[in-house]
Amino acid sequence: MRAVEDALGIEVPNNARILRNIIEGIQYVQDHVVHFYHLHALDWVDIVSALDADPSATAKLAQSISDYAKSSTDYFQGIKDRLTAFVASGQLGPFANAYWGHPAYKLPPEANLMAVAHYLEALDWQRDVIRAHAILGGKNPHLQTYLVGGQSTPIDPNSQHALNAGTIAFLQGLFSKAKQFVGQVYLPDVLAVAPFYLDWAGIGGGTGNFLSYGDFPDAAGNPWLPQGYILNKDLRTVYPVNHTDITEYVTHAWYDYDDDNKALHPWEGETRPNYTGPKPPYDYLETDQKYSWLKAPRLKDEPMEVGPLARMLVAYAAGHKRVQEGVNSVLETLGVGPEVLFSTLGRTAARCIETVLIAEKLAEWTNELAGSMAGGDYKIHEGTLWDPDTWPAEAKGWGYTEAPRGALGHWIHIKDKKTFNYQAVVPSTWNASPRDVNSKMGPYEASLIDTPIADPEKPLEVLRTIHSFDPCMACGVHVLDAEGQEVTRIRVV
Amino acid sequence: MSETLVLGLGNTLLSDEGVGVRVVERLLEQYDFPEGVRLLDGGTLGLNLLPDVEDATRLLVVDAVQARQPAGRLMRLTGNDIPIFLDTSKISPHQESLQDILALAVLRGTLPEEVVLWGVQIGSMEVSLELSPPVAAQVGVLVRKVLEELKRWGVEPQPKRKS
Repeated sequence: MRAVEDALGIEVPNNARILRNIIEGIQYVQDHVVHFYHLHALDWVDIVSALDADPSATAKLAQSISDYAKSSTDYFQGIKDRLTAFVASGQLGPFANAYWGHPAYKLPPEANLMAVAHYLEALDWQRDVIRAHAILGGKNPHLQTYLVGGQSTPIDPNSQHALNAGTIAFLQGLFSKAKQFVGQVYLPDVLAVAPFYLDWAGIGGGTGNFLSYGDFPDAAGNPWLPQGYILNKDLRTVYPVNHTDITEYVTHAWYDYDDDNKALHPWEGETRPNYTGPKPPYDYLETDQKYSWLKAPRLKDEPMEVGPLARMLVAYAAGHKRVQEGVNSVLETLGVGPEVLFSTLGRTAARCIETVLIAEKLAEWTNELAGSMAGGDYKIHEGTLWDPDTWPAEAKGWGYTEAPRGALGHWIHIKDKKTFNYQAVVPSTWNASPRDVNSKMGPYEASLIDTPIADPEKPLEVLRTIHSFDPCMACGVHVLDAEGQEVTRIRVV
Repeated sequence: MSETLVLGLGNTLLSDEGVGVRVVERLLEQYDFPEGVRLLDGGTLGLNLLPDVEDATRLLVVDAVQARQPAGRLMRLTGNDIPIFLDTSKISPHQESLQDILALAVLRGTLPEEVVLWGVQIGSMEVSLELSPPVAAQVGVLVRKVLEELKRWGVEPQPKRKS
């Protein structure tokens, strides 16, 4: 959408800009919380250990770190009872399948019980706050409101069938709940868990290069989270992004270019799959040959990490005041310096800090929308170039956003009113990139170097780092294994 | 509120993986369902399906299954035969599968009173919108099985009038 807008030179109306910021903002908040509690927390939290927790000591712990209302002894006793019943019902084979009791789990039982309680709370919370998407986008998931040139969900304070004053008030209510949960549960939990895992501030650093396209534009078009990149963990210099410096290699990916050793800019990009790996099932891949379905994106031939940590680092280095406050406050609480950000723990902390900051901005953006409506501006779509007959014979565009997982770019080449070429470079392609022609490692691979593994049969430590990137690797596959066997296998080198 | 939910799961881009969705599509094409019965294309929405599952009193799931059987083999699982587990070794929250959703519902005390799963052994998981022949041949059979289950629950969908 933004790629086409860029190609045709369409500027979206002010209201569409604000609506996109709000929709994307609540997506960040919901996504990050769900990622933390439902994927990542269990890398640090041992559910089974929570069975040994003393509910009254858990209540004391919870009350010492937060004003969150649900913190009584009875509340934690109730959670513990449910958990005990869950584990006792022999039908549930979870505990053979996971890494419970692993020596790398360091939290005391009470912290584990508190985290399990919040894991369950987060499920109700996320269901509630994401209603904003249904309201603003027509439906959720897969919102229907986006159009080239703006949005389609109408704004009209005098209509029951449009976003009106009632909608604004309802959204403010949801966003207030979102901010409260993030401030009273998510952030305190991260701050409470982190001190037990400070060794992870020295593990999982990765490539040291971080890229942000920037997003959440203001009325002047300046992104609230800035665009730029940093190299070699050096926070003194933020380099400007020129998208023509971005290319993709297929040297180690199952695609054919005319010359597999040369990188292509996405406007010239090709996607000709050609699987040359072993016939599955197999034990290993030949990594000196092609071994991945992901191309290797590079910026000036350098691999880049993208995501919340990249956004926070680029903003921090660029002198973004609110990001610096948010980051420094967490670093001070933990008694550590900014160098620890380049790590698995840093990635997890950056995601939480970003959630706090975006949750604050939601109220502001919603007020901005209310102000625009009050001023009589209901325009949500710029339609002058809607008809392809108005287009130039040929046009090229680059559309970018910062998805919750990181920098997302789409490139389009329009010719004779049709899509001549279209390429997307998505966040997990940057992060999970295979090696390039120069054998440079992508962020996942680089981040796993020197990871200590307590038990090679149960590489919990590998999952911690990979999960810290919030990977999007398996949207696709959804087969029920009737024998209940573990399908994902991780090989430790 | 007693709701009956028929949930078709899977990714229609990966051939047989999407058979559950195909069965729900066929049912919606051919029948009208009374109030209190929902048919849902669950796709690969994972955890986002938890609210729908929790709102249901009776849940009927149609899904692709890997049980190392001949392709197209049907299986009906109920109660303790349905694998329910929290698998933390998964890589992405999108990978949150039926087992996880049911496990979370158990943990939260919100599991539907009755859960029935009709599974089909997959043949092909190639990138394709088409089902493989042995699985495609079972779509009609699964539609009848779903109707039988619904009848047992006192639900009688009406065939759509041909227009």
